[in-house]
Amino acid sequence: MHTILPTHHSPPTVVQQILFLLVAALGIGLFAWQVRKIRANILKGKDRVMGGPISERINKTLLVAFGQQKMFKRITPALLHLVVYVGFLVINIEVIEIMIDGIFGTHRALSFMGPVYDVLMATNEILGALVIATVVALWWRRNRSQPVRRFTGVEMRAWPRLDANVILYVEVILMAALFTMNTADLKLHQLEGVDLPGSFPISSLLVGLFPENAGALHVLERVGWWLHILGILAFLNYLPSSKHFHIIMAFPNVYYTRLVPQGQFSNVDSITHEVKAMMDPSYQVPAGPVDADGNPVVQRFGAKDADDLSWLNLLNAYSCTECGRCTSVCPANITGKLLSPRKIIMDTRDRIEEKYESPLIFKPNKYNGEIGAESEDGSLVRGKVTPEELWACTTCNACVEACPVNINPLDSIIEMRRYLVLEESAAPHSLNVMFSNIENNGAPWAFSPSDRFNWADELYVAEKQSVATA
Amino acid sequence: MAEQVAKRQVNVPLMADLAARGEQPEVLFWVGCAGAFDDRYKRVTRAFVRILEHVGVKYAVLGMEESCTGDPAKRAGNEFLFQMQAMQNITTLDGYGIKTIVTACPHCFNTIKNEYPALGGNYEVIHHSTFLQQLINDGRVKVQGGESFKGRRITFHDSCYLGRANDIYEAPREVLAALDADLVEMKRSKANGLCCGAGGAQMWKEPEPGKKDINIERTEEALATLDGNAAALENLYGVESGNEGATPSKGNGNGIIAVGCPFCMTMMSDGVKNKERESSVQVFDLAELVASAEGLNA
Repeated sequence: MHTILPTHHSPPTVVQQILFLLVAALGIGLFAWQVRKIRANILKGKDRVMGGPISERINKTLLVAFGQQKMFKRITPALLHLVVYVGFLVINIEVIEIMIDGIFGTHRALSFMGPVYDVLMATNEILGALVIATVVALWWRRNRSQPVRRFTGVEMRAWPRLDANVILYVEVILMAALFTMNTADLKLHQLEGVDLPGSFPISSLLVGLFPENAGALHVLERVGWWLHILGILAFLNYLPSSKHFHIIMAFPNVYYTRLVPQGQFSNVDSITHEVKAMMDPSYQVPAGPVDADGNPVVQRFGAKDADDLSWLNLLNAYSCTECGRCTSVCPANITGKLLSPRKIIMDTRDRIEEKYESPLIFKPNKYNGEIGAESEDGSLVRGKVTPEELWACTTCNACVEACPVNINPLDSIIEMRRYLVLEESAAPHSLNVMFSNIENNGAPWAFSPSDRFNWADELYVAEKQSVATA
Repeated sequence: MAEQVAKRQVNVPLMADLAARGEQPEVLFWVGCAGAFDDRYKRVTRAFVRILEHVGVKYAVLGMEESCTGDPAKRAGNEFLFQMQAMQNITTLDGYGIKTIVTACPHCFNTIKNEYPALGGNYEVIHHSTFLQQLINDGRVKVQGGESFKGRRITFHDSCYLGRANDIYEAPREVLAALDADLVEMKRSKANGLCCGAGGAQMWKEPEPGKKDINIERTEEALATLDGNAAALENLYGVESGNEGATPSKGNGNGIIAVGCPFCMTMMSDGVKNKERESSVQVFDLAELVASAEGLNA
């Protein structure tokens, strides 16, 4: 494709091409296999009917997921995140070139684009440098002696903390590989007195650091090239075990946002039928779900375990990047209660992977000694999430509002409260008193219904009247 | 001609009586349990009725036929009790052919507006902040002739079930703006507002163990905002989430924490008492402020 093929530089040999095809096929195939397993895990959740116009869903996806609208509630992390995000999107154009070069044995296959290629390479280099600087800032925010508060908390155990740093390290390694490749390539061409297509503002500053030996430079160029693509394939397969999976899941998760007012909680249909039948004996209760043998399936009220939640709640769990914005605005958490919305979401993901064969190469739970020990065969409620956490929620929707990818921890909390109340009758005593007050008095307090209209006694309103004066 | 103030006794119209006469109200005023039973919020109910009487809206209340919407039961997970209450109320409302409902409680508002339709109850539901805003915009309420709030420092505490739950942020602020007061915003306001601590059935239970009660955190923020006490505010936001023991300085005259929800009213009032600031800061509902400004109290 390119016109200037440096004489000293042999394109990837057939061996390299075959090796590349094998590695790429293996990496992509393994990733597809992991994604299939995660999909199966998500579909373990109960059905949830999604309404609402598709145009509104696409709009939300463009604004919130693609456009990162909700990130900009906090400007500093928004800008830092934006650099890495844009870097990821743009630098991946170069990955297309790497794939083409790898498969066809070409070198810089996109260089035929001329000036466009110059701009692309220069942009990549500048973004790459910005990404490294940003990653340093992000690492500092997490690892300094007093880290940003939302990066701490009971749920931020060994694995989530390590995971967050691993992602940052990998990003630096990928960028370093890119610069190694470009700088070595550039210097090779300079030694030969040949122009390298593309413009490399950062690498041209680094050439002095590289050896003058063409053989060594050639090896460095190959090492950079292979490290970059192997790193990307390895990272791709790390994603399903990591919070970094959000770079993919954010999009479907935002697409499937509930489009109703945040205050509107779901109604339990099976209860609607029961209540209607109680009020009207002639009401025909529709047949419920049946199992393979045609026997009715006894459905649990609310959620005891992760698979009692809806698939949407499980999709939420796989979309969480553990940023902690939810927890940092939770009034219960702020005032020192156990509840942390992020923990609810992380527990859900851990539990669904613990209950069903973990689809992942890495088994994150193994790094969380404490979690595994505590819920060997427990359910989500009590095994991981305690009633004390659930009862501390004020249902204020601050966590829902805060989530940059529209995760709804409140929905899961209410499902688990429903289980505690309707299946275990395990509400706190004072709430049981409130329930019986509503049943008996039609009010949550112990007032007599006959006093309900007393407020209107002796009520006067001031009225201005025009009076004739002499 | 001169003006003279007289007081007139109000006979609050019952829906049953209107129906017996074959009449329909323009709006049904849904009083809510707090509005009917809580001594503090009864004053809000009465203030709102004075406004309704003053502007001559044809309204009615259900009186003893009203029952809890089921909101606290639903938020606490008792879906069965919620639906029983909802069905009962829908039967009552539909029996009278009610089309439009106004209520001073964001919880009743949210439940009837958003959760009754799936159970067969479809009504136009208006929160009293929106209703008052419309009356002011239409010139039916002039917000003058009574107590002057000009220059008084007022901060509005967003109720979760009005704000985030239903995206109503501007109506209460426009009502307050009409008072010509000095409206100051808390840092955590509108979509980022901090809960008073009562939602999700917390109103009826003791909080879980923690470092601080939520209403204290919120009251400290409101007081520091009214005081213009930057040091206390800094203390409150010193770390990214929450802190301990911010104590706003006393003084700076009588501030007002305005609310639009009976539970916020209880929580913020308790917080002001806890901080021993009752002498300098009062908690009022929007309807009370409007009724006072209009000179309707008798």
